Amino acid sequence: MTDTTSKAPPTPARRAAPPGRGSRRGVPPSRSWRDHPLRRITPWLFLLAPLALLITFTYVPVGNMIYYSFTDWDGVSPDRNVVGFENYTQLFTRPELFRVFFVSFYYLAASAVQIVIALYFATVLSFDLRFRNFFKGILFFPYLVNGVAIGFVFLYFFQDGGTLDSLLSWFGVGADHAWLGDSESANTSLAGVSVWRFTGLNFVLFLGAIQSIPGELYEAAQLDGASRWQQFRHIIAPSIRPVLSLSVILAISGSLAVFEIPYIMTGGATGTSTFVIQTVKLAFQFNKTGLASACAVVLLLIILVVTWIQRRLVPDDKVDLV
Amino acid sequence: MTTLTTDERSTLRKRPRIGTALTYLSLVVASLVVLVPLVVVFLTSLKSSREVSDGGALSLPDDWLNFSNYATAFNDGEMLRAFGNTAFILLFSITGTVLIGSMTAYAIDRFEFRMKKTVMALFLIATLVPGVTTQVATFQVVNSFGLVDSRWAPILLYMGTDIVSIYIFLQFIRSIPTSLDEAARLDGANTFTIYRKIIFPLLKPAIATVVIVKGITTYNDFYIPFLYMPSEDKGTISTALFRFKGPFGAHWEAISAGAILVILPTLLIFLFLQRYIYNGFAQGATK
Repeated sequence: MTDTTSKAPPTPARRAAPPGRGSRRGVPPSRSWRDHPLRRITPWLFLLAPLALLITFTYVPVGNMIYYSFTDWDGVSPDRNVVGFENYTQLFTRPELFRVFFVSFYYLAASAVQIVIALYFATVLSFDLRFRNFFKGILFFPYLVNGVAIGFVFLYFFQDGGTLDSLLSWFGVGADHAWLGDSESANTSLAGVSVWRFTGLNFVLFLGAIQSIPGELYEAAQLDGASRWQQFRHIIAPSIRPVLSLSVILAISGSLAVFEIPYIMTGGATGTSTFVIQTVKLAFQFNKTGLASACAVVLLLIILVVTWIQRRLVPDDKVDLV
Repeated sequence: MTTLTTDERSTLRKRPRIGTALTYLSLVVASLVVLVPLVVVFLTSLKSSREVSDGGALSLPDDWLNFSNYATAFNDGEMLRAFGNTAFILLFSITGTVLIGSMTAYAIDRFEFRMKKTVMALFLIATLVPGVTTQVATFQVVNSFGLVDSRWAPILLYMGTDIVSIYIFLQFIRSIPTSLDEAARLDGANTFTIYRKIIFPLLKPAIATVVIVKGITTYNDFYIPFLYMPSEDKGTISTALFRFKGPFGAHWEAISAGAILVILPTLLIFLFLQRYIYNGFAQGATK
């Protein structure tokens, strides 16, 4: 696992001699580093702080969360009773708690739209075009904008008689519409905001992948008379499959964990509450830490399962993180 | 169209002009979709409250130099303090992330030690746990340290959960030849000197990436400051802006000015560092 085959030039050398160890063949230092008592603990000195943070802020919470989910704790009082699976039964039998899951479908649909748009523009802008960098910048910029600011920008946008209504009236389409008024149109509008916000990230990822395709491939394809669509179908699409599958997994887990935009724009009103908004409210407004933890465990499990399925379906030979 | 590259010329010959026109049309439409909401908010920020209530959303402001809404937002919205808090958090969490990420990467890549695989697995599995799901329990941990409503809470959380930067450093450190370490060791340098004087300076490009990616995500984060720093004087720019909802209610001209104030630094940084930002995010997300 140490020797990943990435571009690292030192890899072959290191395979021959185990990495980083002091005494090289033929040069025995007066006091070998290898035998130094400090040597064994040195890596741990470097890892002390990172591991402490990792365990304190990731593993301890996950462990606690699983434990809390089996209790009736309110998050404040010193006593908590283990209630077994009661929180989970509540979660799955009270439809109003489970309903928030369906809001995710709006965001899933939005993710699909977003990936298609990003793919189109990444393809188009990877060829020579005038003002290419200008368009690139414009498409990516929304991703960098502060979420709260985006929330306000679009609250104003969707207002009665606001930007969208005014624009539509230019085209003679009926004027006032309460875009955030009913559940369906509110969720569609919010999902639209998420397309606006996140398309840029996917676009940049795709663009990077497309540009790493060697140019000779296109030249050869053009000599053979391949159309733009054929080039996309046979050269671009296969080359960016790893990035595409990464985007899909980010999209699914992102859609399940939507919080910011709906919380800022509607506070979860008119049926726009998402799973995370509900969890946060249960935990911090209604003091139902036990139930909230059960929600979080379910969400975590779903995301882990999705990731696992994705890894199975698209075995990604390029994943060699460590 | 005088400067066609050969590449372009050959595609143009094969493709009808109308295709190119449609391509540009789609780009212009997309740009409008991106820009119109932002521009409208900018226009609103320059209007007086009467203009906002009487005129349509797309009307132009009477006085293009009416910055009074910015003054209101900046002063009444306590934006200066918010920028200060954000800067404080940025400084410490970025420094911490860089140090922790590079130290972890150094230890994992350059040493053989028992349980190395376990340590790597710990970091790897942690990437699968989405931060938002565990906040309910993380809150209790932070609370038990007495750090809720302190600026150290977000700083610790940003430092401790950034696995992405560890991977960026790890990828990069692999490309630094170990022979450099060994030469330094022969000269009598110890491990810490090697890390400090050899590895760390060579990591500059990776550090730039991490600083940019971490900086922008920290600057924009809403969730963590919102949960962990409820009191008003500890607001970051995200939470301070969020509070505009209350006092400014329907005063869209002030809210718009606040939003523009928050967006402006991002826009400037983006314009100056464009290329690095693209690369940074592409690298950060694919690791």
